[in-house]
Amino acid sequence: MQNNQGNLWQNVMDQVKTWARVNSPWAIHFNSGSCNGCDIEILATLTPRYDMERFGVKLQGSPRHADILICTGPVTRQARERLIRIYEQMPEPKFVVAVGSCALSGGAFQGCYNVEGGIDQVLPVNAYVPGCPPRPEAIIDGLVKLLQALDNGTMPEPITLKPGVAVPSKSGNPA
Amino acid sequence: MQSKIDKFTIPIGPQHPALKEPGHFEFSVDGEIVTDASVRLGYVHRGIEKGTEGRNWVQSLYLLERICGICSHVHATAYCLGVEKLAGVEVPPRAQAIRVLVAELERVHSHMLWLGVAAHEAGFDTLFMYSWRDRETVMNLLEGITGNRVNYSANVLGGVKCDISAEQDEAIRQGVDFLEERTRHYLEVVTSDMMFLRRTRGVATTPKAQARELGLIGPTGRASGISHDVRVDAPYAAYDIYPVKLITATAGDLEARFIVRINELFESYRVIRQILDTLPEGELTVRMPRRIKEGETVSRVEAPRGELFYFIKSNGTDTPERIKVRTPTLPNMASVLVLAIGHQLADIPMILTGIDPCFSCNDRMVVVKDSGGDNRAMTWEALRQYGIEYYR
Repeated sequence: MQNNQGNLWQNVMDQVKTWARVNSPWAIHFNSGSCNGCDIEILATLTPRYDMERFGVKLQGSPRHADILICTGPVTRQARERLIRIYEQMPEPKFVVAVGSCALSGGAFQGCYNVEGGIDQVLPVNAYVPGCPPRPEAIIDGLVKLLQALDNGTMPEPITLKPGVAVPSKSGNPA
Repeated sequence: MQSKIDKFTIPIGPQHPALKEPGHFEFSVDGEIVTDASVRLGYVHRGIEKGTEGRNWVQSLYLLERICGICSHVHATAYCLGVEKLAGVEVPPRAQAIRVLVAELERVHSHMLWLGVAAHEAGFDTLFMYSWRDRETVMNLLEGITGNRVNYSANVLGGVKCDISAEQDEAIRQGVDFLEERTRHYLEVVTSDMMFLRRTRGVATTPKAQARELGLIGPTGRASGISHDVRVDAPYAAYDIYPVKLITATAGDLEARFIVRINELFESYRVIRQILDTLPEGELTVRMPRRIKEGETVSRVEAPRGELFYFIKSNGTDTPERIKVRTPTLPNMASVLVLAIGHQLADIPMILTGIDPCFSCNDRMVVVKDSGGDNRAMTWEALRQYGIEYYR
C-alpha cells in the first residue's frame, strides 16, 4: 500500500515535470566547427518572423540552465573536449539536437583533417535536422517534434555511434 | 596599509552568451578596467585549404563556399575569378553583373545582421529584433534568386547559375525600396539615441595612424579614415561598370563603424538599382575546361568585412595544387586585444562585435617555425626560392 502511494506520487511528479519541460524548454547553442550558416538560421528562428519563443523555447547562455543542446557544425578536434564538457555540465534530463548536414555527418567537410565527423560521433543525439543550412521552419519543426515525443512519451533512444560521454540510461528520465 | 592586488583573469568562451561562435578570450582586470587581453582561436579550424587538394575544381567551389555561411558568395566569387583567370576564360557580362548584384544583396544581409547583433550586445534588443525582421526581406530576395537562404551557390565556374527574371527584378526593387526607408531610420537611431550613443561614441577609438599600424581593413578600417576598398581600388567582376563610392569616416570609434556600415547599405542599394536598370543581355555561363592550365594567381575581392584574398595554384590537373585564403577578420582581430585595454569589461562585447568578427572565416592554420635566432632579410624572389626549396 505504502509502495503504491509512493508510485502514484512519483507518477504525478513526473507528469508535472514533463508538462513544465515541454512548455518551456531552455536551449543552449554551441557551434563546434560550423560555417555560421546554421548559426544565423538558429538566430533567425528567435527573431520576429519565426519567433521560437511562442513554443516556450528560450536561448540560454549557461549550459547549467539548459535542457536542450542545439549543436551546429561538424566536430573539430579542438572543439570536441569543449562540446563534451558543455554536455556534461547540463543537468539531466538533457537532449541534443543536431542542426545541419555537417552536424549530421560532417557534411561538406568530410575528410578534412581536423574534422571528427557528425555530432553523434561524440554525443548521443535525440533529433536530427538536415539541410545546408536548414530553413528556420525546419529547425522549429525539429524542436517541436522533440517536444511532442517528450510529451507523449514516445521519445526514441538517442543515437550514439562513438560516444565520448556517458549515455543517459533512459530517455527522458534520469536514472 | 596597501595590499598588492593580484591580477584577476576572466576567461570568456569558447561557449559564452556574448559569443555566437567559439573563441577563447582571457581578460585581466583591475576592478572593472581591462588591463590585459589575449585570445585563443582555432575552435572552428576544419582544414579546408588542405581539403581542397583532395577535391576537383568544381567540388572545391562548394567546399570553399562553406568557409563562411554569412559571406559565402564572396568566397565563391574570389575563387571563381581566380580560376577563370588561370583558365583564361572570359565570363559573359551578364554573369558578372549578377555576381555583383548577389554580392551587394549579401552585403546588405551581412550588415543588417551585424547591426542587429551589435545592438544586442549593447543591450538594445529592440533594434536587434527590428533589424532582423527587416533582414528577412533581403533573405527572401536571395532565396528567390538562388533557391537558398544561406550558402546560395549563385556562382559556378565560368558564370552564374541563376538568372534575374522580370518578376524578380520587380521584387528586388520593392524590397530595396523598403529596406532603404528602414535603413534611413536605423541611421537616425544609431546617431541620435542617447542611451545607445553612450555605448558607442568615444568607445574603442582608433586614430588613423593606429589603425594603419594594426592593419585594420574593411569597414572597420574605413571608419578610421583608411581609404581602402577593393571594389574601388582594383575593380573586379562588374565593379568597373558599376562603380562604388568609397565610404569613410574619421572618428574611428564604434559610432563611426555603425555610420560607415549603414552608409555602405545605401551605396549597395544604389548599385543594386543601377545593375537592374542596365543588366546586359546574354549568356550566363561559358564552358570551363575540366583541367585548369598550370599557373598561379591571386584574387582579391571586398567581403562585407574587408579584403578577402585568395592565392590559387594549379598544376595542370583537375584538382587545385594549393589554395590559400586570407580572410578579413584575422587582421581586425588583433585590434580587439589592443583596444580592449583601458576599457570597462562591459564594453568588451561591443568592441569585439565592432569589428564584425567571423571566427569560421578566421581559423586558418599558420605554422610559425622558430628560426632560432636566424633572422635574415630576404627579397621576395629569394623568399620564393627558399619556399620552393623548402617544400620540394
